Amino acid sequence: MATTLPLNPGSKPLPPPQRSTPQSSKSTPQQQPQSGGLRVPSNRKTIYDRNINRTRTAELSRASFAYLFGEMVSYAQKRVTGIQDLERRLNEQGYPIGLRLTPLLLHRLSTPTAPQPRPTRILPLLQFIANPLWRHLFARPADAIESSATNPKEYMITDNEPLVNQYISVPKEMSQLNCAAFVAGVIEGVVCGVLGGQGVGLAAQLYGGENPDQPRDPPAVVSAHNAGEEGGMWPGKTVFLIKFSDDVMKRESNK
Amino acid sequence: MSYYFTILSTRDTPLFSLALGTAKAGGDSTPRFPPQALQLCPYLLHASLDFVDEAQFANPAMYLKRIDAFASASISCFITPTSTRFLLLHLPHAPNTNPQAGMGEGRGFGPFVPAVPMNPASPQAEEAVRQFFGEVFEVWIKAQMSPFQDGEGKLGSPVFRERVRAAGRKYL
Repeated sequence: MATTLPLNPGSKPLPPPQRSTPQSSKSTPQQQPQSGGLRVPSNRKTIYDRNINRTRTAELSRASFAYLFGEMVSYAQKRVTGIQDLERRLNEQGYPIGLRLTPLLLHRLSTPTAPQPRPTRILPLLQFIANPLWRHLFARPADAIESSATNPKEYMITDNEPLVNQYISVPKEMSQLNCAAFVAGVIEGVVCGVLGGQGVGLAAQLYGGENPDQPRDPPAVVSAHNAGEEGGMWPGKTVFLIKFSDDVMKRESNK
Repeated sequence: MSYYFTILSTRDTPLFSLALGTAKAGGDSTPRFPPQALQLCPYLLHASLDFVDEAQFANPAMYLKRIDAFASASISCFITPTSTRFLLLHLPHAPNTNPQAGMGEGRGFGPFVPAVPMNPASPQAEEAVRQFFGEVFEVWIKAQMSPFQDGEGKLGSPVFRERVRAAGRKYL
């Protein structure tokens, strides 16, 4: 499901470019790993030498993000058949980010004495998305977490003013399109990463389930919907609808 | 004590394997597996996956501790939030000597000898393995940050291997 994309969307998981001055030439030869043919950056610092805990000052500029995201939308718009297809492509661009951010953020939340548990149940998982994940991506928590009144499998995360939509003007004939499908993809990456372990393994594929020929449903499907009212307080309000699979609900009720 | 460490993807594909030896109690960090035992290690680690799957949603911790044993060897597991499994097989034996071969279950895995230093069931050993996994987890996250590395890709970087080896020397 997760595909490696030519663009690394948002480039959020990547550490910021090295700003420090290059090291003195004296210390560099010792740092070079002994391996033939390995290309290392000119400052001899591989990604493994960087600090995993990003500092507050290392935030990305909003202008560059807006530009990059605009390019991502136009990239996704090439050769699409409709709005659904475009949203699916944006979703796929966000998915790997969610998969990568989950371990990174949980690691940053952990302390050596109190390791953070994996959010394997629905409520802690939604709280993880609405708080640490949202704070990391948008520097503020999400505006609401709700459960659907009609369908127990559905949960909603609300953002009153998604950053991704701020600089995107959607033409009238495409009024259904919500480019926050990209963020929905990030959420889907998190949810499927955390809940998708069992049932995607080889053993589960071979022997698990009532019908082994049929591939299992993904643990959750996430979509972005416009929920703003014209003239209301939040015209750009977006609801991320998370629809969990039966397997997840069954596991949730077992405990 | 000798160790065999493997990283398995969510689809049970081995992404990285490394044999390690203890550096504690005067050990020289060289793995000492009888030849047949080393070949058996991947099978033992895969066989323990059933227990990992069971524990995965029953225990929300990342470090699942000792989950399986085979003769004198035992297996510890760490599961990342996105269900990549780190498995470590411990084969206890006295430092810098070859383990007793051909006893118990045969194929180089002798019977369980709790008197050997670093008994894998002891809290100290558990703590050491936890720290080792914690360090590998950090290096693994950094590897995942690469846009060219996805959850199913082999971890072939020599720097990564060196970092895991260093973590082994430090804690195991």
